[in-house]
Amino acid sequence: MARAPHVDVMRSPLGRARGLGSARAGAHHWWMMRLTSLALVPLSLWFLCAMVRMLGATRDDVVSWMAGPLPIVLMIALVIATFHHMQAGLQVVIEDYVDNDWLRIGSILLVKGLSLLLALACIVSVLRLGL
Amino acid sequence: MRDARDALFVARNSEDKLISRPLSPHLQIYRWPLSMALSISHRVTGVGLAIGTLLMTWWLIAAAVSDDAFAGVQRFLATPIGILLLLGWSASLFFHFFTGLRHLAWDAGYGFDKPWYERSGWAVICATIGATLLLWIIGFAVW
Repeated sequence: MARAPHVDVMRSPLGRARGLGSARAGAHHWWMMRLTSLALVPLSLWFLCAMVRMLGATRDDVVSWMAGPLPIVLMIALVIATFHHMQAGLQVVIEDYVDNDWLRIGSILLVKGLSLLLALACIVSVLRLGL
Repeated sequence: MRDARDALFVARNSEDKLISRPLSPHLQIYRWPLSMALSISHRVTGVGLAIGTLLMTWWLIAAAVSDDAFAGVQRFLATPIGILLLLGWSASLFFHFFTGLRHLAWDAGYGFDKPWYERSGWAVICATIGATLLLWIIGFAVW
C-alpha cells in the first residue's frame, strides 16, 4: 500500500528561498489590539462619565477633579491604552490603502512617532494637573 | 510580472493566448448588507476617534498650561462647531465601542450564526443611538 502524502512544512519553496518567512511576531499586533480594546471598555466609559461632569468646567474644577490618585492613575491608563490602540488601528488602515512603499512606511512611522509624543504630552499634563 | 503571486492570475484561453483571469466582483457590484456597512463604519469611526483623541490631547495640555488656554478650549467646545465635534466624537465612540464588543465576542467564538449576526448588528445601531441620546440628555442637563 502506498503511503499517504504528508506535508512537513507549511512554507512554499519560493518563500524559503527568499527568506521572507514568519518573523514569529504575527499574533502580537492582533493580541495588543484585543488587549487594549478590553482595557478601553471600562476606561472609556469612566472617561465619558468624567467628561460629562467637565462640560463647561473651569480649570479649577479640573484641578479639583484630578486631586485624588484614582483619576490620575485611570487617566494615564486611558491615555496609554487609547494611543496604543489608535496607532495600531491607524497602521492597519494605512497598510490597507497606501500602495507606495515609502509613503506607507513613512506615514506609519509618522503616526507612531506622533502618537508617542502626544501620549507623553498627555501623561505629563495629567501629572502636572494632579501632583 | 513583478510578483510571483501574479502567476496565479494569468491563464491561457482556448486560442492559447495569455490572458488575465477574471476577478470576482468588487465592492460596488454587491447590494450592501448590514454587515458590510457596519464593518467599514467601524473603521471610519476608528479614524474619527483619532481626531477625537487630538481634541482630548488639546484639552488636557491646555488644562495643564494656563487658565487662559483652558478657557479657550472650553469656549471653542461650546461653539456650534465644537458641539458638533463632541457629538460626532461621542457617537463614534459609542459605535466603535459596541461594534468592538461584537468583535471581541467573535474572537471568543460567539455570534457567528446568521440570525445572531444580523441581530447583533441591529443591536449595535440601536445601542449607539440610545447611548448617544442618553449621554447628551444628561450632558445638557448638567451643562
